[in-house]
Amino acid sequence: MQIEMRGINKSFGGNPVLRDAGFELADGEIHALMGENGAGKSTLMKILTGVYTRDAGTVIVDGQEVVYKNPQEAEKAGIVFIHQELNVLFDLTVEENMFLGKEIHGKFGICDKKAMRKEVTRILDVLGVKIDPARKMDTLSIGQQQMIEIAKALMVDAKVIIMDEPTAALTESETEVLFKVVRSLKEKGVSIVYISHRMEEIFELCDRITILRDGQYVGTRNISETNMAEVVKMMIGREIGERYPERDVKLGDVIFEVKDLNCPGVFENVNFTVRAGEVLGVAGLMGAGRTEIMQSIFGNMPGSTGKVLIEGKEINNKTPGDAMKSGIGFITEDRKVEGLMLEESIMKNISVANLKKISHNGVLNAKSELDMVQKGIKELNIRCTGPKHACGELSGGNQQKVVFAKWIFTDPKVLILDEPTRGVDVGAKKEIYSIINDLAGRGVAIIMVSSELPEILGMSDRVMVVHEGHIGGFISKEKADQEKIMTLATGGKIDE
Amino acid sequence: MNKKDIMAKVQDLGALIALVLLVIVISIISPQFRTIDNFMSLVRQSSINGFIAFGMTCVILTGGIDLSVGSVLALTTAFCASFIKGGMPAGIAMLLALIIGTAFGFLSGILVTKGRLQPFIATLITMTAFRGITMIFMNGKPISGLGGSFLLKFIGKGSLFGIPFPVILFIAVFAIFMFVLEKTTFGRRIYATGSNAVSAKLAGVNIDRTKIAAYAISGCMAALSGLILLSRLSSAQPTLGEGYEMDAIASVALGGTSMSGGRGRIQGTFVGVLIIAVLNNGLNILGVSSYYQSVVKAIVILIAVLSDRKR
Repeated sequence: MQIEMRGINKSFGGNPVLRDAGFELADGEIHALMGENGAGKSTLMKILTGVYTRDAGTVIVDGQEVVYKNPQEAEKAGIVFIHQELNVLFDLTVEENMFLGKEIHGKFGICDKKAMRKEVTRILDVLGVKIDPARKMDTLSIGQQQMIEIAKALMVDAKVIIMDEPTAALTESETEVLFKVVRSLKEKGVSIVYISHRMEEIFELCDRITILRDGQYVGTRNISETNMAEVVKMMIGREIGERYPERDVKLGDVIFEVKDLNCPGVFENVNFTVRAGEVLGVAGLMGAGRTEIMQSIFGNMPGSTGKVLIEGKEINNKTPGDAMKSGIGFITEDRKVEGLMLEESIMKNISVANLKKISHNGVLNAKSELDMVQKGIKELNIRCTGPKHACGELSGGNQQKVVFAKWIFTDPKVLILDEPTRGVDVGAKKEIYSIINDLAGRGVAIIMVSSELPEILGMSDRVMVVHEGHIGGFISKEKADQEKIMTLATGGKIDE
Repeated sequence: MNKKDIMAKVQDLGALIALVLLVIVISIISPQFRTIDNFMSLVRQSSINGFIAFGMTCVILTGGIDLSVGSVLALTTAFCASFIKGGMPAGIAMLLALIIGTAFGFLSGILVTKGRLQPFIATLITMTAFRGITMIFMNGKPISGLGGSFLLKFIGKGSLFGIPFPVILFIAVFAIFMFVLEKTTFGRRIYATGSNAVSAKLAGVNIDRTKIAAYAISGCMAALSGLILLSRLSSAQPTLGEGYEMDAIASVALGGTSMSGGRGRIQGTFVGVLIIAVLNNGLNILGVSSYYQSVVKAIVILIAVLSDRKR
């Protein structure tokens, strides 16, 4: 299927989101769509699939101008959008999810289970994945759930599949499976629109790349004829320089120690130390127990045992509140669920972790609150209309900066970062790296969990690799590379 | 200010506009309604529901609900009446009633947090249990003959500078709630708990303690409401307060507070309470039968809540 979108305009409440945006898709290609958050990638695809209506412009599919009124019409035409937030019902089985709303049934609406089972098995075979159709959706990994979404697309005989950040929550090996499936779909003549922030993946997987900036079409390149620097420049309209800003910090003494941390069935014998001003990168496959270890340090993992010491003294970390009082900060992996109250203002979100600081005998001081929040907005360069701006309306990068501000004001001695740049665009990523460097420069011990290996390698003074609930090993900055990390992460040994 | 902002403001003030319209319309129809005396008694009546609705607002802001308020009211007034009859000074008996009410709310809070019950179910249990205990304790009969304590009479029937005391108390309690919810760390914790409990917990908010405190406040307010009733009726009845939770919840909803927690203001509840009171009082004065009154109330609530939905 060939698609051509030209001169697309779209405004929301007077704010133009797309201005003369365009996009072209050829038969059987994998086409990356890139741009910073807010550049209009998702909006453009939502216009294509009839989620939004366009204000101006034309969409031509296989030579004919079309307007899909809703996603169902686009789906009938063979265009399926797999959203970043997967559209699955966790309490239903794989089979029930796949046939939701289009059950095969006989008279009186009685479901034909046999026919459905046959169809599910056929499609999963085509995809080459082994998942029992009778399993409950919530027992599947995110990677497997994504496969089910793709299977759903194949069920309606999709000719174009749009994937929005499909690998954001996938492990390395799940990503490989996904790539294999995507490539085999391409061989079958299906075109893929691939929206992602991950440059490495795009260069590995895609044939062409189209870049949007501020709602405008910037250009299209063949992957084989471009490079990352050019793509970044097209995305942000200027040279960004080094992706990982330099840090020149003298490491201090060990100020943070974890001793014999255990949680039956999740992780065992976790021991490590972090020095003042050090960034300890924590790598490992998804499900290795990295997040759980951090949650346990922060007092949010019932059933775990062990000691946590700050400046040589054992601290009380029974609850997150206790851990905070002892000087630990925690920027969680999922800022939308755990990090922010999305409906609330920047001000209330920053204040909630700092209520003691801005109050006297439990009564809030409006002025010191406003001062603190304005300082945070200024220092972290949060782009917003002011302290009252609702966090849900900020871009991913700015949301993450609010979370950083919230924790910086608690004056942590140790700051745990879990996937600090997930869903954040290139420009904002660099700003966040600078914030991290700045904190390290002030002597904060930083523990950074990340699934992006380039980020781990670019930012860490030392890398700790977690494998199936055990510490697989430590690698110093000088010796660290992707191969060594992956070896340790998959249970191998390296010489050091 | 653009059109959208104006619309938002109008919707923010929707309940207030509805209240003003209701008062104007009923005033035009009925000369009896538009007297100072009637307005005073209207606000005095509304205070009974008002105290409960203020406590309910706190609970709903944390993302919960408290169905037990009517039963807490009945049981605490029963205790208070029997204490006084047993010879205890009225002041102490009333203070005890407030403490017991707080303890009852605390119990609901424990069931919700430590017992991990859904707030609806937890307070359905306490509602049923407290009502049953009230019946057992009073053997199904009212307790009257409470003597002539000045304090007991004053709290419901007294007045200061010509203003009924319940009205003064109502406005004072309203001011305290407004202050606590808007200006204190505890208020922030209530909103944070209802807005995103996971995020609040990870930001160091003790959400269990916050929720328990909200239910305790609700229990205390139900007991306070009961004391006003006890004073006005001069007797405790086993069926007192039945269905009061519904008027309180309706007032909170009318005031624009989100039933899923995190959003809403006590000022809204204040207006909601007055709307319910104006409806009750106005429809009575207009001679509308109580059968029709319920239907009219339902329609007004429906319109108010529909117009307050998210844009």
